[in-house]
Amino acid sequence: MTAAGNNPAAILAAEAEAARADRGAPDGPAEQAGPRGRRGPRARDTTAYLQYVAGKLGGALVSMFAVLVTSFFLFRLIPGDPVKQMTGGRRVSSEQLAAMRTEFGLDQPVWQQFTDYCGNVLTGDFGTSYQFHAPVLDKITEALPATLWLTGTAYILYTLIGIWLGTRTAWRNGRLGDRFHTGLALTLYSVPSFWLGLLLIITFSVGMGPLPGLFPTGGMESGDESGFAYVVDVAHHMVLPVLTLVAVGYAQTLLVMRSSLLDEMGGDYLTTARAKGLRDDLVRRRHAVPNALLPTVTLMFVNLGTVVAGAILVETVFSWPGLGGLFYQALSVPDLPLVQGLFFVFATAVILMNTVADVIYPLLDPRVGR
Amino acid sequence: MDTQDQHGRTRTRTRTRTTRTRTRTRTRPTRLHPRLPFLAAAAAAAAFTLTAALATPLNPAPQQAEAKDDGKKTLTVAVAQSVDSLSPFVAQRLLSTSVHRLTYEYLTNYDPKDNHAVPAFATKWESSADKLTWTYTIRSNSKWSDGKKATAEDAAWTFNKIMSKEGTATANSNFVTNFKKVTAPTPTKLVIELKKPQSTMAALDVPIVPKHVWEKVDDISKFNNDKDFPVVGNGPFVLSEFKVDQYVKLRANKNFWRGAPKFDELVFKTYKDQDAAVAALRKGEVSFVAGQPALTPAQANGLKGEPDIKVNNGPGRRFFALATNPGARTRDGKKFGDGHPALLDKRVRQALFLSVDRKAIVDKVFQGNAVEGAGYIPPRFSEYSWKPSADQELGYDPQRAAKLLDEAGYRKKGSKRVGKDGKPLDFRILCHATDPNDKAVGKYLKEWWGDLGIGLKVNCLDDVSVPWYAGEYDLAFDGWSVNPDPDFVLGIHTCAALPEKAKESAATDNFICDNKYDELYEKQLAEYDPAKRAALVKQMESWLYDSGYMNVIAYPNAVEAYRTDQIKSITTMPSAAGNIYGQDGYWSWWSAVPASGKGSSDGGSSTGVIIGIAVAAVVLAGGGALFAMRRRSTADDRE
Repeated sequence: MTAAGNNPAAILAAEAEAARADRGAPDGPAEQAGPRGRRGPRARDTTAYLQYVAGKLGGALVSMFAVLVTSFFLFRLIPGDPVKQMTGGRRVSSEQLAAMRTEFGLDQPVWQQFTDYCGNVLTGDFGTSYQFHAPVLDKITEALPATLWLTGTAYILYTLIGIWLGTRTAWRNGRLGDRFHTGLALTLYSVPSFWLGLLLIITFSVGMGPLPGLFPTGGMESGDESGFAYVVDVAHHMVLPVLTLVAVGYAQTLLVMRSSLLDEMGGDYLTTARAKGLRDDLVRRRHAVPNALLPTVTLMFVNLGTVVAGAILVETVFSWPGLGGLFYQALSVPDLPLVQGLFFVFATAVILMNTVADVIYPLLDPRVGR
Repeated sequence: MDTQDQHGRTRTRTRTRTTRTRTRTRTRPTRLHPRLPFLAAAAAAAAFTLTAALATPLNPAPQQAEAKDDGKKTLTVAVAQSVDSLSPFVAQRLLSTSVHRLTYEYLTNYDPKDNHAVPAFATKWESSADKLTWTYTIRSNSKWSDGKKATAEDAAWTFNKIMSKEGTATANSNFVTNFKKVTAPTPTKLVIELKKPQSTMAALDVPIVPKHVWEKVDDISKFNNDKDFPVVGNGPFVLSEFKVDQYVKLRANKNFWRGAPKFDELVFKTYKDQDAAVAALRKGEVSFVAGQPALTPAQANGLKGEPDIKVNNGPGRRFFALATNPGARTRDGKKFGDGHPALLDKRVRQALFLSVDRKAIVDKVFQGNAVEGAGYIPPRFSEYSWKPSADQELGYDPQRAAKLLDEAGYRKKGSKRVGKDGKPLDFRILCHATDPNDKAVGKYLKEWWGDLGIGLKVNCLDDVSVPWYAGEYDLAFDGWSVNPDPDFVLGIHTCAALPEKAKESAATDNFICDNKYDELYEKQLAEYDPAKRAALVKQMESWLYDSGYMNVIAYPNAVEAYRTDQIKSITTMPSAAGNIYGQDGYWSWWSAVPASGKGSSDGGSSTGVIIGIAVAAVVLAGGGALFAMRRRSTADDRE
């Protein structure tokens, strides 16, 4: 903070100036951001918007139905007999095999299984997992928090870092900082996540040379803590997996943000803003960034949808008890009710997030949906 | 089936036009506006991560596998599997059944020296003269962990429950198929009546559960025994805590009749990645790593030089074999599948046998971590293990193989052998894509059989069970874990194990069905004299060997490792040299003695704390300096 920064009057002046600048910018978002600043009857806009939303929701429903059908048939294409796979290498009699097939309903014709499945899903029942003998929904809700903690934290971090660095590198493109950050981000982006995770384990968990092991080698908790100590313990276990996910993940946001901001940088409205005497920082923040944010918002929502699916490889390397690991276990049987349930949940999350993104686009940029 | 790849990359529309207008306008002096909200959030998130990093010093406890502050001795075992169920009526995975072995008593156990049946919940067992009634004397000094006495009544209830098939048949009903009636006339007497004689009555690997707890369960088929802890049991350990996909905690049962375990707590901790588990062992976070199924040669060699780590490379329970399709058929003789007709000739099968250099495979593929194969049952089960005599042996002898093929009518024409119909001799072999050994051995076979003039296609699949059960293969890589009682691995080659319908999965291993073998099988099942039964079993192995249906190439070792600064001693099975994880009894964990000294990781982590803080401080200071420098360099803009 500079000395001037402590002067409330200066802040107020800056705000007022910025507000004026916004209204003055020809392509500025404020003018078009809402129906308020637009000419023409408000009602027509609202109707158009509702029509747009209805269309998007309808599309989402169609997608959901496709997912329902796909999730049933897709996994039945996986070769392998779940019963045989589960009992592989164990002592079982033919009676046991038959009993299991009856228990799982695998002795029914496929169309029968499909209609049962559709009916059950509509009532929120995804069936019982073959291998865990527990309701699929229970298994999913059991593993969901772990995944949300891990991928959610990583998501927030890589999105923020990506936007911040993307803005910085675009604004000062071509300089050393830009070249360094873009290069570093691309390098990390192309690193296999499980390999990076293992390197981090060897370096920071086991310790190397004078560096001692600072973090646990795996898992989500050590199992002895409770209360606040438990929270700290989980956070401690999260450091390396989150670091891995952020390292391989932030480049995407960075590059999208950088390129869309570069697009905006030649805009006449920026010249206008500067001509008014606005500080470079304000030109970027108030004028350039909001206009450049749209592709990044798309990406943010797409990524948000996939947060639920977890990260199979990172969860495996760090033995994280999340949905990614569960999906892997389900696939290897194949535990049909569990893969179907998980696939449905993952797909629903992505569809839902895309729909949300579609619905709020017109609010961010009125050019969309007209 | 992820919607993204390993990095979470998704395709996103980006615009390509870039503008390189550098704008360096001098702006009027204004103060810095407070940072955008996301910068604040980024700072907060970074602070969170840093806090977590700094939290290490405050909570060093998780680092130690043993010698905690309260002096509790904990043995932590890294396992790759997750628990399928903790109910003995449904659990099938090795981890779950190992937990049951430790928490419930079985009627009998196996001697760690030579695998013969020894007393456990039953002190004595004998059969009636007609061989159809078995009477077990139940020990009177076994108590459930809730204080109630464990009696024959509990055992009878458990067996009857499995026989009732109310969703209770999943795990153990193969043991009771031949049972007629199970009763408990007195608290120390269990009587099992059989439909026909069965010699495996000292090998009933069924966990006995407490009747007074389990009869209150509404629907056993849906009950996973994972809600109320500690779980009432009477084994050397008590199941005290379970977190899905994270850990299973067992507490020592101080009142165990054979004597309390030396460790206070036993934890099976999930490590889904074997390299991560090895890292945890190096660090001392876990005391033991069980390979799945074995540590890789690279992992084992890497650990060998480490101080305080012992690699246990003992004979395993598995055999690794080549199975030959004898012509798939159903129980009533209907043929199906497309096994190569040449393999119906015993001479061709034996020729294939004779051209496999088992020693080379042990040396090159298993890198010495295996024992050269011979009979069907691994040598660690000394009672039943069999070796071919010198003139019976089908050792590595390509010349004899060539001669046999000539005799069978497959003569060399150029570099290829052709049958009388003029078709070249080409085989397919089913290989598990997930098993690197299969692929490596496949390469050797291609070469050896190629020299003989036989073509080979190595067909590696993630799941071989579909072509296997359809009988659509010529040869296949095969392998089973053998139990102290060989009944099961012998039974999978009987006619009774064949599928009822074509292509349906069944108990059969390789569609073998032979009257002589079946006759011997029935005889050994009815033979109650151990020595006579062993002789019959060896005759079966001899028949299997000669048939050329099963070529046992090697018995892979159990390669596992533990920290000697945490475990002073531990019993392998067989005790002379054998495995530790996945034993047939509870010997390893029950007998493990904690090392008196503190684990090496203890000292490390407290220094780690200090260095951790120092590193964090340096990073912070460096970041601060960088930031300050940047501010200075951009002061021009801000003025």
